[in-house]
Amino acid sequence: MNEAKSNFTSRRILLASPYIVWVAGFTILPLIIIIHYAFTDAGGAFTFSNLGLIFSPIHLKAVMFSLEIAISSTVACILLSYPMVMAMRHLGLGKRTFSLFILILPMWMNFILRILAWQMILSNNGILNMILSWFSIAPLKIANTGTSIMIGVVYDYLPYMMLPIYTAIMDINEDLIEAARDLGAGSLTIFLKIILPLSLPGLLSGIVMVFVPSMTSFVISDILGGGKLQLIGNVIEQEFTTANNWHAGSGLSVALMIFVLISMAFTTKEHKEGRESVIW
Amino acid sequence: MTMTKRLISITILTALLSSMLLGCSSGQAKGELTVVNYSEYLDPEMLDLFTKETGIKVNYEEALTPEEMYAKYSSGAVKYDLVCSSDYMMEKLIKDGELKEIPWDSFENKGNIGQKYFDLASAIDAKNAYTLPYFWGTLGILYDTTKVKAPVDSWDVLFNGDYAGQVIMQNSMRDSFMVALKKLGYSVNTENPDELKEAQELLLKQKPDVQAYLVDEARDEVVAGNAIMAVVYSGEAYLGHEYNENLAYVVPKEGSNVWIDCFGITKHCQNPENAAKFLDFLCREDVAKANFEYIYYSTPNEKVIEGLSDDEKADETLVPPANAMDNCEVCVQQSPETTELMNELWKEIKAE
Amino acid sequence: MKRFKDIISGIYIGFIAVLLYAPILVLIVESFNSSRSRVTWGGFTLSWYVKLFNNNQILEAFITTVLLAFGSAAIAILIGVPGALGIHAMGRKRYKTMMALTNIPMLNADIVTGIALMLWFVHFIPLSFGSVLLAHISFNIPYVILSVMPRIQQMNVSIYEATRDLGAGPVYAFFHVLLPELLPGILSGFFMAFTLSMDDFVITYFTKGAGVNTLSTMIYGQIKKGIKPEMYALSTLIFVLVSLLLSIGTGISAKKEH
Repeated sequence: MNEAKSNFTSRRILLASPYIVWVAGFTILPLIIIIHYAFTDAGGAFTFSNLGLIFSPIHLKAVMFSLEIAISSTVACILLSYPMVMAMRHLGLGKRTFSLFILILPMWMNFILRILAWQMILSNNGILNMILSWFSIAPLKIANTGTSIMIGVVYDYLPYMMLPIYTAIMDINEDLIEAARDLGAGSLTIFLKIILPLSLPGLLSGIVMVFVPSMTSFVISDILGGGKLQLIGNVIEQEFTTANNWHAGSGLSVALMIFVLISMAFTTKEHKEGRESVIW
Repeated sequence: MTMTKRLISITILTALLSSMLLGCSSGQAKGELTVVNYSEYLDPEMLDLFTKETGIKVNYEEALTPEEMYAKYSSGAVKYDLVCSSDYMMEKLIKDGELKEIPWDSFENKGNIGQKYFDLASAIDAKNAYTLPYFWGTLGILYDTTKVKAPVDSWDVLFNGDYAGQVIMQNSMRDSFMVALKKLGYSVNTENPDELKEAQELLLKQKPDVQAYLVDEARDEVVAGNAIMAVVYSGEAYLGHEYNENLAYVVPKEGSNVWIDCFGITKHCQNPENAAKFLDFLCREDVAKANFEYIYYSTPNEKVIEGLSDDEKADETLVPPANAMDNCEVCVQQSPETTELMNELWKEIKAE
Repeated sequence: MKRFKDIISGIYIGFIAVLLYAPILVLIVESFNSSRSRVTWGGFTLSWYVKLFNNNQILEAFITTVLLAFGSAAIAILIGVPGALGIHAMGRKRYKTMMALTNIPMLNADIVTGIALMLWFVHFIPLSFGSVLLAHISFNIPYVILSVMPRIQQMNVSIYEATRDLGAGPVYAFFHVLLPELLPGILSGFFMAFTLSMDDFVITYFTKGAGVNTLSTMIYGQIKKGIKPEMYALSTLIFVLVSLLLSIGTGISAKKEH
């Protein structure tokens, strides 16, 4: 019996072979190639200088600005997500399909168009300032600033934060909360002692899924930053599309990758076994 | 055992499937042309018409700036048969030996292109052997006449702080440097590092007053009233005026850049005859007219100009007057050292 | 107190909904704007919807986008679902290694993934529709695996094994035991993959060949000269169609849940 079982298991492992081939071909091999570019110069000689480019003042500035945008956007997404999920839980909108509906639907309008729409909303003579003027509020000057990039980033990645937190919180057993309430715990205590800790795996997934893309996007900063502000993603993109220096671009990409992996290792260190797959 | 067999077959199937997908798109048939051009710079219906008339299929690719075009071209990822780019970039391609001579003898419609445009292009292609003029124009200031305090006739208005936060500059290295160099009274094509650094200082000092660095979207921002003035190509100014009649365009008195975009046949082209057919097709009156009406930039096609209404002929943004070119220069390719220096200086401006 | 909380919750959800849907409303309004310029209102028109069906470039890009999304999601399922089943059967160490590898494309910035794939493709295969498809499959598979894996973990594997022990063939056991259990995970994985592929810009931008355009890359090219109003019309149509389909889907599954 036991033998038969292990036979099943070992055969089942074989099912993964196409995927293993795929990972080797399309995950590992491209990484090897980009790393190869990063460590060679135009003549093919080994060099550290491409990787070191990240420390040049111009690039460091872009990295710091990217960090600023990424951290503030991630925090803003967290602050917007918890009340939303709590409100949905409170109103009993616990049906997964409904939440998916609300949060995923905007993705069906092309993302570049949605960001362009934000540009129309936020520009000096734009829709937001028009609405403010009806209430005689002085126009805001947020077009082409870090703030408008942040709004775009938060807008685009909010669903990636909300969905995992939502999944985690909806899985919390109502009895647990009832029990705490019976024992005299207030709403705040319940949130801090029960809901927050139990939603942690979702929160961590959310942080990963928001922080990385917001750190590295280049389209949002291109459109909402008016070409005045550069994220590290813009710098890398220009190395490939404008300056035509693939080695420098690869070097910066690899440096960025190392940086992201290190910061994610810190975030996900406490990630509980078996919960790493919380997306929904 | 059957399981293993099945797995092997799945793996093979996957491999087959992917090779099939790649197979059908690789290799270039004889009746194909791969063209790279600026975005929105050719009426797509004309591509269909060309294919219908000649049976030659056109793979059409777009790029936003001359630098991006060069990156696309030189990466070698795709072999282009025809490129269209701006003056100095075409000159670089010629000097690098990337272009083939155009077989002018096979052309039927070359005569439609005015000689003066070939003369203009001779700044980058002395014998007019490699390039076909496609569109041209000047660079100037598009501004909202209802919001400016004094007549605009000099690059100074962009730098003197009168319109802080209301100015849009070009997000393109050569164009932004051109503005600063001309304001300082230097040549667009200077090779003098000190002059370039002086221009950079000016642009750095100006940056806080600049609302945004844009390319052709600059026009919409002025139309919408988000900015008072922008540095734009003359053709954009025509469209801006169409949408908002309070807008005016001026080529500042210090002089400016007159640009000319040309087509050329690359050395990768396997079938220059087909490429020549395509270029000749672009010179044909009906095709040039369709492209003109699609883009509204100044055309070098005299047949098309003759057919314009009097109003259109009088519009300086559509048909720049003869003297408009007097103190304007064509951008030519600078030495690699100068280009590199300018790249660095521009990067610093953008990073500031 | 409860009522007060209800109202606050409702207002907050409304606020987020406005935030999420305001830009979409702007785009829908643009699709009825008769002016070619997005910044001036020229009056109401339906003409862009008519012109859309004569615009071969946009329709072609749309078909490419849908083919790409459908093809890459389907192939990702074919590779990813057996992959997840196989990985789940692995020992702890190999399981962790495989899951870490699966996470790489998700952790890596899109721009790094796109560029790495482009550098790879440039060396070995021509950039074309095929290269974009391969790239999309690559970033879709992890999402499929991560949606299916929780289902596999919840599933009682011994039922499958018992079925086999009782003499059922692997095909029978797969379709009658495994598939029904995994189906919700597979469907959500497919949906996610399809959506991400439709919405992707960065990876497509770096891996596409000449003349291959998806809606995203086409829109990016149009930013500088002004988005074609037909594009707003097409986006509105897609959006409305998907809203309807999803509402129907939601309605059905809501009924099931009751």
